[in-house]
Amino acid sequence: MLSSSITSLTVVLIVVFLFKEGIGLFNQKPVEPGYVIAINKNNKVKELSSVQLKNIYDQKITHWSEVGGTHDSIVLFQLEDISNYYSDEQIGDNMQNLGSCMSRLVDSLPNIIAFFPDKYLDKKFQGTLLEVDKVTLHDFFAGKEWIPTAKPSAQLGVLPLILGTLWVSLGAILLALPLGLAAAVYMSEIANERVRRIMKPLIELLAGIPSVVYGFFGLVIIVPLIQKTFDLPVGETGLAGSIVLGIMALPTIITISEDAMRNTPRAMKEASLALGASRWQTIYKVIIPYSISGISAGAILGIGRAIGETMAVLMVTGNAAVIPHSILAPVRTIPATIAAELGETSNGGLHYKALFALGCILFLITLFINLTVEFISNRQKHNKH
Amino acid sequence: MKSKTILIALMVYTSVNFAQKIKGSDTVLPLSQKEAETYMKTNKAAKITVTGGGSGVGLAALVDNTTDIAMSSRKIKMDEKIKLQDAGRPYKETIVAYDALSVIVNNSNKVSQLTREQLEGIFTGKIKNWKEVGGDDMQMVVYSRESSSGTFEFFKEHVMNKKNYAASVLSMPATGAIVQSVSQTKGAIGYIGLAYTDKSVKDLKVSYDAGKTYIAPSMETAKNKTYPIVRPLYYYYATAVEKAVKPFVDYVLSAEGQKIVEQVGYVPLSK
Repeated sequence: MLSSSITSLTVVLIVVFLFKEGIGLFNQKPVEPGYVIAINKNNKVKELSSVQLKNIYDQKITHWSEVGGTHDSIVLFQLEDISNYYSDEQIGDNMQNLGSCMSRLVDSLPNIIAFFPDKYLDKKFQGTLLEVDKVTLHDFFAGKEWIPTAKPSAQLGVLPLILGTLWVSLGAILLALPLGLAAAVYMSEIANERVRRIMKPLIELLAGIPSVVYGFFGLVIIVPLIQKTFDLPVGETGLAGSIVLGIMALPTIITISEDAMRNTPRAMKEASLALGASRWQTIYKVIIPYSISGISAGAILGIGRAIGETMAVLMVTGNAAVIPHSILAPVRTIPATIAAELGETSNGGLHYKALFALGCILFLITLFINLTVEFISNRQKHNKH
Repeated sequence: MKSKTILIALMVYTSVNFAQKIKGSDTVLPLSQKEAETYMKTNKAAKITVTGGGSGVGLAALVDNTTDIAMSSRKIKMDEKIKLQDAGRPYKETIVAYDALSVIVNNSNKVSQLTREQLEGIFTGKIKNWKEVGGDDMQMVVYSRESSSGTFEFFKEHVMNKKNYAASVLSMPATGAIVQSVSQTKGAIGYIGLAYTDKSVKDLKVSYDAGKTYIAPSMETAKNKTYPIVRPLYYYYATAVEKAVKPFVDYVLSAEGQKIVEQVGYVPLSK
């Protein structure tokens, strides 16, 4: 009683924490806190989206006309560039004059866009400060670019990550399901007791191999193999991730489906055989239909394992945050993103919260999967009556 | 009287036996570990624990006062500065060593040198085929470290002129994985710390003056500052504990400490 309530409490606390941090993302602006973006007061442009800002600083947008301004080319400015405009004496030993220098600079160059810390914002600042909208749900879920460290404005589009996760897991289950099902049928119906006693522990051993070992195996063996087989420029692909995850999901699928098949009442099997059905006919006409809920539960739990898997995927999928168009392209998954990036983010910052929001998405996906399993195994109970 | 002596003894004890905690960047971690080990050998009373976790983790711990020194492979960010200021904890920054990055390609690649502009084109996705930079007709496969690593940020600022990486760049969780991938992918290009290069990959010569001189990465060229892609590694500590951490920091900066820097594979500070 006590232990179970402690466990439930812990789970609730973790979920509350996760969502509290994750939802905080939507109260923040994509621009690093403590910084402002300023333009000349005569500039007609009053608002820029996060994507436009990024393209301006990547020099993909070079003229104000592309964002609704005049036909002049954009002059980029970051704080490090100040020495190109003012001498050290003008700025002062402790940068005490930097604020007024910034004010004069923005005032004198009509086409400037300046990105600098707000502590150097002069009281009598002559330019316009650009308003950047808070991160919206739409930007987050429909954005196609994940560059959380982009300056001046982070790009937080999770669409490639969600699609990457689902894509790899789907591939994994397509590979693992036929193989796992075949193995389960063999073990429960065909193999004799001696073979079964050797095979079962071996398959269960697969579940005990650490995921880093799988990842390393994938990187050194499977990745070059895929590259050679399909003659690709790069072997780190979604397929490599799917294969590794497929192998990892196998023990779950095999064990659960085998248990379900062995639960088929002896009377049903014998009735089928007595009617003259062959062993194969009995398997696919009686045993598989009877145990279909158990098999689906196994498959879904296998998917659950695949979606949440981190380390193995991180090592073999290449982690390029692009929307995958084929299984032979690099993908980036949600767990890999969180694991790889959390260590270096500043605590409580935008990037940190964005990673927690990703965690929320992952949690919702696995929650949905678990509810599906629950639903299916409930149906199984009804079937028996 | 008795309690006074105990108090004094306790004070002496704590000041001598001040257990220092160092936390942060995984790049600086091996260096700090080695420094701490040798330092503790000569200063028996000193107790130093070194843990990794990442530059962000170290600096966050500095804000929360759960570490004495934060190791970082990147410069402190503005919002971290603001947090330290809000927490009323002024800090000091010390560069303890440099790390040279070398650009690597597959051993079968004909290209042996690139200019900074070409590297920028490659990593921002403008140059996609090796024939554009004098190699075979072969698609480029660009490897980078994770976006959160200090290496990633540094490369972006100093090599790519602050432009963002192309979305198609493959990001790998660790330097070892980049070496492994580059060694088995023909069209690959990536960057790693100088200490990690080996025979399985080829180092490129790099030019920062539009192709006039190409410099090969090595300890010598990094030390005499002719090799351009070199980044500083930092220690950050609160001014309040300066007295306690100073002996160790000084040791790292001493000739003996800098010798260890070179042993670990980083570039010592030049005098």
